[in-house]
Amino acid sequence: MTPFTTFEAVAAAVPLANIDTDMLVPARFLKTISREGLAEALFYNLRTADPDFALNRAPWTQAGILVALDNFGCGSSREHAPWALLDFGIRCVIAPSFADIFQQNCFKNGILPITLAPEPVAALMALATDPATAHMRVSLLNQTIAAGDTLATFHTDPECRKRLLGGLDDIALSLRYADDIAAHEQQAHINQPWIRAIPGNIA
Amino acid sequence: MTAPQTLYQKIWASHVVATANPSEDRLLYVDRHLVYEVTSPQAFEGLRQAGRAVRRPELTLAVADHNVPTENRARGIDSIEDPQSRLQVETLERNARENGVRYVPLNSPRQGIVHVVGPELGLTLPGTVIVCGDSHTSTHGAFGALAFGIGTSEVEHVLATQTVIQRPSRNMLVRVTGMLGAGVTAKDVVLAIIGHLGAGGGVGHVIEYAGPVIEALDMAGRMTICNMTIEAGARAGLIAPDETTFAYLARTPLAPKGDEFEAAAAWWRSLRSDPNARYDRIVEIDGSAIEPMVTWGTSPDAVTTIGGAVPNPADEPDADRRAQIERMIAYMDLRPGQKLAGLPIDMVFIGSCTNSRIEDLRAAAGVIQGRHVAPHVRALVVPGSGMVKAQAEAEGLDHLFLSAGFEWRDAGCSMCLGLNPDRLSPGQRCASTSNRNFEGRQGPGGRTHLLSPAMAAAAALAGCLTDSRTLVP
Repeated sequence: MTPFTTFEAVAAAVPLANIDTDMLVPARFLKTISREGLAEALFYNLRTADPDFALNRAPWTQAGILVALDNFGCGSSREHAPWALLDFGIRCVIAPSFADIFQQNCFKNGILPITLAPEPVAALMALATDPATAHMRVSLLNQTIAAGDTLATFHTDPECRKRLLGGLDDIALSLRYADDIAAHEQQAHINQPWIRAIPGNIA
Repeated sequence: MTAPQTLYQKIWASHVVATANPSEDRLLYVDRHLVYEVTSPQAFEGLRQAGRAVRRPELTLAVADHNVPTENRARGIDSIEDPQSRLQVETLERNARENGVRYVPLNSPRQGIVHVVGPELGLTLPGTVIVCGDSHTSTHGAFGALAFGIGTSEVEHVLATQTVIQRPSRNMLVRVTGMLGAGVTAKDVVLAIIGHLGAGGGVGHVIEYAGPVIEALDMAGRMTICNMTIEAGARAGLIAPDETTFAYLARTPLAPKGDEFEAAAAWWRSLRSDPNARYDRIVEIDGSAIEPMVTWGTSPDAVTTIGGAVPNPADEPDADRRAQIERMIAYMDLRPGQKLAGLPIDMVFIGSCTNSRIEDLRAAAGVIQGRHVAPHVRALVVPGSGMVKAQAEAEGLDHLFLSAGFEWRDAGCSMCLGLNPDRLSPGQRCASTSNRNFEGRQGPGGRTHLLSPAMAAAAALAGCLTDSRTLVP
């Protein structure tokens, strides 16, 4: 995973609540067996239906940050949504709230989801709609967003922040506890022996 | 004396792997890992690239369901014409074979939607932790299992470690009191709950459902409720196991048998929230007041009763919310104040992990009463699994559906998300028993109204949204 420390980019405003992962990546793009090449899929239906959609217009065709409303990323657990954001070049999403699974998927892919109160989101949204002020600098080290004269501060969960800053591999970290996992398995088998292997001839 | 615990806290505590990790994060042990073709290829590929093995392949079940056509199933994988879909299913087969993961082939009578197949086999047991790279994994919470959807990176993590990194969620109790009226179903209950909480109302929470209405539901109804918990933003729904649960499990092939069943049931009976257990939020819903529900917008919380009407955005004081209502009304091609009953529809879909079990098909078939699908409507019935299909055929439901003009298909996710050939054309309006009415969910430009199986069957027969209670004596 690419570490996230500081990131500078144009921010695009998508002033919608409940942006679901079907909007982010419609189902027909889920037939891939790769993580790559999903930039085209990002917001496909909105981008094709509306020439004025933010990501269709300069300078937001180069957007690296999204500003949106409540419950961003709701719906399906498809990790294709953050993969498409990454492939497009977006590494930070700012919203008043995020769906749980999407938020986790962001952290696993080096994308920073920033949760802010509705008022600062509205202020950043306004800045993002004007090409003159849409450029923003996000620092995960300082937990700040700088946009022109505006400086917003945010809080990231310390553990998620540590993993993003270091670009750490979750699996390698967890495998250090392989002995603890094995001990748990032994005890669980004593407590609940009926949770068995699934037979090989299941079908 | 230990503090009173909720059901969620009990399952959590029994699955935390003791580690020296100083953060709030915990490794939660996974008892059952379900995988399917869409969200797993990149996870297996990641393992391969890192030279890692699947830790417990015998706790992992793979089933292809999202991409599979619902016709010509006897041809197995050759029934898949789309080369990309076929490659995904072939990749799942190969990954299962190479890693020793248990696999249900496409032409097996056991194949179906993974959230229908798992419970049917008896793999979904009370007190277990179950994950799958699919948000509707919440379904399994109906058995008192802690079950939630994960992303593909987490799928890879579970394959490698048999654990998932988690931290405790907040805990909400939704108590549904009273008694459901005739013709009101679990689907109506959960749509009413989502309407009450909002699409983001459950974010950060695990929801436990309780109260007389929940206790009176059969397992199919409980699965419908837990299934749609994610549509309120909560990752998992939970219902304490009881005699209804045990009776269901006793009929499944892989649940424990004999003395072991009794020992397990003794443990399972302890899986309920203690009196005075503390919840972060408690919501009470009057079940007696719930009516058949139908969504009008493009979010599952945009819902009202079949007697209700499309809201007027002018009545909404919040500007963002007003804009959202306007956008939904425009997409759905409706008018403010328009009555939902009588709205003509083009398609009906009866199926999905929400409503494709035998009980759902019986409820839909029960509305037919010798009538025929309206001439301008196409109606699909897609059983949740091969076993559901066989049971329905043994009961003669296939004849009821076919002679009434419904199409009778093979098992799969089908038109819930239109990843296989079953999808809406732009502008088509569909009465659907599935779980999401998002823009383009059932096909680009398609318009979805979510409702119960009985209501969907009624819409097919009437050719428009209608109150199913008027069609049943």
